[in-house]
Amino acid sequence: MADATFKVFRGDREGGDLVEYQVPIAPGMVVLDALHYIQAHAAPDLAVRWNCKAGKCGSCSAEVNGRPRLTCKTRLDALPLDEPITVQPIKAFPVLKDLVTDVSWNYRVNRKIPPFTPRPDVEWKMDQREVDRVQEFRKCIECFLCQDVCHVLRDHEKHEQFGGPRFFVRIAGLEMHPLDGLNRTELLKNELGIGLCNITKCCTEVCPEDIHITDNAIIPLKERVVDDFYDPVRWFLRKLTRRKTK
Amino acid sequence: MTEKYQTHEHDVLIIGAGGAGLRAAIEALAQGARVAVVCKSLLGKAHTVMAEGGIAAAMANVDRTDNWRAHFRDTMRGGKFLNNWRMAQIHAQEAPERVRELEQWGALFDRTADGNILQRAFGGHTFKRLCHVGDRTGLEMIRTLQDRGVNLGIDVYMECAITRLLKDGDRIAGAFGYWRENGRFIVFKAKSVVIATGGIGKAWRITSNSWEYTGDGMALAYDAGAELMDMEFVQFHPTGMVWPPGVQGILVTEAVRGEGGVLRNKDGERFMERYDPERMDLSTRDVVARAIYTEAKEGRGTEHGGAYLDISHKPAEYVKKKLPSMYHQFRELADVDITKGPMEVGPTCHYMMGGIRVDAETAQSNVPGLFAAGEAAAGLHGGNRLGGNSLSDLLVFGRRAGLSAAEHAGQVSPTAADEAEVDEATREMLAPFERSDGDSPYDLHRDLQETMQNYVGIFRSEEDLKRGLDEIQKLKQRATRVQVDGSRLFNPGWHLARDLKAMLTVSEAVALSALERRESRGAHSRIDYPDYDEHWSKLNNIISRDGEAMRLSQAPIGEVPPDLNQIIEQK
Repeated sequence: MADATFKVFRGDREGGDLVEYQVPIAPGMVVLDALHYIQAHAAPDLAVRWNCKAGKCGSCSAEVNGRPRLTCKTRLDALPLDEPITVQPIKAFPVLKDLVTDVSWNYRVNRKIPPFTPRPDVEWKMDQREVDRVQEFRKCIECFLCQDVCHVLRDHEKHEQFGGPRFFVRIAGLEMHPLDGLNRTELLKNELGIGLCNITKCCTEVCPEDIHITDNAIIPLKERVVDDFYDPVRWFLRKLTRRKTK
Repeated sequence: MTEKYQTHEHDVLIIGAGGAGLRAAIEALAQGARVAVVCKSLLGKAHTVMAEGGIAAAMANVDRTDNWRAHFRDTMRGGKFLNNWRMAQIHAQEAPERVRELEQWGALFDRTADGNILQRAFGGHTFKRLCHVGDRTGLEMIRTLQDRGVNLGIDVYMECAITRLLKDGDRIAGAFGYWRENGRFIVFKAKSVVIATGGIGKAWRITSNSWEYTGDGMALAYDAGAELMDMEFVQFHPTGMVWPPGVQGILVTEAVRGEGGVLRNKDGERFMERYDPERMDLSTRDVVARAIYTEAKEGRGTEHGGAYLDISHKPAEYVKKKLPSMYHQFRELADVDITKGPMEVGPTCHYMMGGIRVDAETAQSNVPGLFAAGEAAAGLHGGNRLGGNSLSDLLVFGRRAGLSAAEHAGQVSPTAADEAEVDEATREMLAPFERSDGDSPYDLHRDLQETMQNYVGIFRSEEDLKRGLDEIQKLKQRATRVQVDGSRLFNPGWHLARDLKAMLTVSEAVALSALERRESRGAHSRIDYPDYDEHWSKLNNIISRDGEAMRLSQAPIGEVPPDLNQIIEQK
């Protein structure tokens, strides 16, 4: 069969370049197969993260021809093969080596989120319809492609003021859990800067799990923040009762 | 040796951050121990994430008559009575509480009409027993444990690989490893070490396992003097994808059959009628895998050498709801709409029943301070694991390992790592960079996979196994000369060179044990000894290290107490 030409970023924190490799095409082949071929035949030290190769773990994120993708689910027959296929690391995080980036920031943000906290004396029964709504958010495989395309992180680099779509999805899963008793709006407003999101829906478009991040997670959370902080009646009540958020 | 390294001290060091490792960490922390978890990948990416079908636990939410005795009986029968009966008992008794605990930590299972955790049918389980979340149960479990653990304050060393266990005399003193990001070395001092590194599937060419499944935990334990057990029992899951080539081996969940999917050969025949007329498509995995393999071998296979698995008679919306990731997997990777037509499936190396020999109550190995849980440990599943019993295994024995490891750490005096051992571990890791004429680790890995696939597969014979052992010896020789290019920064070739050593150790243990067991039982099928043998029904194969040589011996299986035996024989 014919070959495909790949241009893969090779480099580290100091910088790097696109390097060209020829890869023979097989039926049904995905970009991650090509990267493995390059490791085995041309560049044994090519750094790539991957685990399941089945779209379930969210490890192999990269930018293929400039588009954020899971390389295990990006088929060569869906790409134009008459020109080189470029594979670059996701841009919103610093490169460690080749296609591997430093995503540790995400793990730090995650630690700020108070965990599921059941209401006192709760009965452990739930209706499937209530659960459906939250299961959508629980599908997230933490590929961080939504973080990668979010302007607030990618272009404006507001990592210190903003949590990013991934963590709004996580919080939505907690806030809408039928048995959870905490309120996380203060965290959303102040530490995770949900107000910075201007709902361009880029995150929703790249989500490999088809989570409706903007419509089902971010917008309802924004509404909760508005209710809690900008509704004058609620604001006054909050002053009186001072709800706990952590 | 002037090479520098960091040193970290903990009471309990847990190697592996899948279901067993995280559950162990949560429990050890609850006991007040200082706990570290080390994992080769990022947190949350462990192989547990790929578990699809569910967690087996006799909750009796759907089938009211289910109970731990029935679960115990199914597990023993499925394992062809080679199981450690006490582990099977503990597992069946404790699984429901472990599932409820997950729910209390935020896991959201599918529900019954009355609001309880929904349970589905699975191969070898008499009752509807698998608590599930569509077909992504493993993701739900790992995310729940990960969030719980992080919130409680576990120290996690991500993308850090352990290459050697350190000892202080006979007991465990810690571990040596390196950071994958920068290649720097790291020494952990610990009074207890828990191995929770999963299985060995990457030694085969067709496997459902991720790159991490290289048997490193078993090999680390073996090198440190621990015994391995039941290494001949490798589960080939009956339904992996067979086409296109790049996806060969990727798992197709048993839940497809649990939800009503049927197997057919190219003539449209429901061939399971000939292999297990009673349980049909939901027979145990060993039986279904051999059936599909045999159909294909005898010329009744599909175009790409598998069988058809069809669920398209169910309503499309139902299929998408209960099997969403299967729907997407086939649509995106194989151009097949499973709501409209059949999937092509064939056996894939999936799970290791064997592993580190441990005490049923404490999960401790024969090396003081060294514990093991989950797929890395042996005993619970005997000769064949039932679907769904893996996730419950992780929870039940992960918790017990964490508990015992913390207690052990609280009782023993501080340990001291041997500097000479650290120097030796350092030399071993750096040697591949100093060679210029050796094999590439990728070539060696490919050759090992071919060897295991061809000679130590689903059906085995003395001739093949001897040939396989010869090939493994040659590969071991080549591995001593393996050469690595590039720097120490995030270098997958370097990492593979180390993983190869572990894969060769466990591959030899599998082939050696398989050659010795002259009978067919569970997942171990000898074409030259096709029947059960009474002699072997009472013995486990035990592998241990004798200098540089691998020693094989047998140990009698513990006698099942009369009350439990009565349960097994019921019905």
